[in-house]
Amino acid sequence: MAELEGIYTIWLRENKRFIRYRSRILTSVVTPLLWLLIFGTGLGSAIRFGGGPGGYQAFIFPGIIGQTVLFTAVFSGVSVIIDRQYGFLKEILVAPISRPSIVFGKALGISTTALIQGLILLLLSFVVGITMTPLMFIMSTVVILLISLGLAGLGLLIASFTDSMEGFNLILSFIVLPIFLLSGALFPVTNLPTWLQVAVYLDPLTYGVDALRAIILNSSVLPLYVNVAVVGLFAVAMVLLSALVFSRREQSLM
Amino acid sequence: MEYIIETKNISKHYDDFVAVNRVNLKVPKNSVYGVLGPNGAGKTTLISMLCTILRPTQGLATVNGYDIVKNPKEVRKSIGIVFQSRSLDDILTGREHLEMHASLYGVPKGLRESRLEEILDLIALGKKADEYVKTYSGGMKRRLEIGRGLIHHPQVLFLDEPTLGLDPQTRESIWEYIQKLNQEEKVTVLMTTHYMEEADKLCDEVAIMNQGQIITADSPRNLKRELKADTITVKVDHPEKFQEKAQELDFIQEMFVVGGGDETEIKLMVERGENLIAEIVKFCNQNQIFVFSIELEHPNLEDVFLKYTGRTITEGG
Repeated sequence: MAELEGIYTIWLRENKRFIRYRSRILTSVVTPLLWLLIFGTGLGSAIRFGGGPGGYQAFIFPGIIGQTVLFTAVFSGVSVIIDRQYGFLKEILVAPISRPSIVFGKALGISTTALIQGLILLLLSFVVGITMTPLMFIMSTVVILLISLGLAGLGLLIASFTDSMEGFNLILSFIVLPIFLLSGALFPVTNLPTWLQVAVYLDPLTYGVDALRAIILNSSVLPLYVNVAVVGLFAVAMVLLSALVFSRREQSLM
Repeated sequence: MEYIIETKNISKHYDDFVAVNRVNLKVPKNSVYGVLGPNGAGKTTLISMLCTILRPTQGLATVNGYDIVKNPKEVRKSIGIVFQSRSLDDILTGREHLEMHASLYGVPKGLRESRLEEILDLIALGKKADEYVKTYSGGMKRRLEIGRGLIHHPQVLFLDEPTLGLDPQTRESIWEYIQKLNQEEKVTVLMTTHYMEEADKLCDEVAIMNQGQIITADSPRNLKRELKADTITVKVDHPEKFQEKAQELDFIQEMFVVGGGDETEIKLMVERGENLIAEIVKFCNQNQIFVFSIELEHPNLEDVFLKYTGRTITEGG
């Protein structure tokens, strides 16, 4: 019971923080819209797109949802570094609750905030000419939740090995951007050179984006259940791994 | 006497560096106990081990009867901690900090509301309790941190340099507050400080710590009494000459030189210092030493520290 309450408390704080930084909510909606409207329209007009129904804008819509979730989840996870610099992490870590509960609370809190952004985007699907059904909405919610849990776990894992925000650019260049670009958010992953294809399938977000395409556009490379299984496994693995690392490295985190 | 904290040869090593070296501490229940020492003496490391934040390299310690290595969770439930560095979230309100802490420490739901009011009353945040912490003054933040450490009614409250960086007025109010807590709430307080005045005024017992070791521990009154000495501080134009010639003055029990260059001060430990000032001035005249200033002080903790370590606390390091 005490552990559940601890998880809830940490979850609640994460959400309060998200809601109070209004600029974050605004950018989290505006940035994807810029991608959809400017990049999507621009490239969509320049190429003859044969990669799926609804044209290029509709094709990148699930990809842009994936991108939003990716940036929010990883960077919120990494924000533990800031908590650490401000000393707030200490206050949480000396509480009489287990380290895994702290990680679960944090990961759940982050995925809730990522989900809120994902849901706003789903509601804006009409912008690119997609009609959402309630079933599509619910299934997308589940997939977004799984992706964001995994990526939040990844962010927390990175944070537990990083001392300062100076590594921020490294994380952006070597982790976040490759995950985004390799996920097939912006291009079809069939007919790629072999080296790129291998990299694409090593990227967990590929399966998340493909799952969202299966649900929203009813067109995907892999079957939906395969995608969901991979994304689910990634989520479980990342959260468990970061829980383990937090328990092990407890001393150096404080 | 009942002791709420006991350590046995507790040590912490970092590679070759020994931060805390075989410390034995006995903190009586319901006392205010001070660990006094310069920066880098190992005070924070010691307190971190007792709070289960750091694992000791060697030795044993119990807090509220629980072993800090074997039962960290029980220890954590028994204690409240106020860290030396700030540990607040700017974008939460004071009330939210308290609520969050109460639920993390498992304060029963039925009690939470009344505890919250009790603490808010005690730390006197007024209307600010519902504003974001980023709008608070330094003193308010400190009071909030102390209040937060108390909301689960701990047996022991650890305060690591509670008034560091606060203005004198706020410092006084924090002192009053700590005394009130100790008396009214029956909380044992273990605090570290490098302010002599703070240790002297607040603590029932003081342990003097230097370079990882506890040098001596007693009540401030006994520590000062033990000195049996007044301090005469002289500033002269030729400190080396003074030191050399002063060897022949047998009323000087001990002599220390602090500072350097123009700031060099010579401290003389003597008995009944008021009778000796004239004599010291005469001695200087005879030896053609010019006296810039001469000052007499009755013993304070600073002198105790000087006696045991051969330097002032602010020289530190």
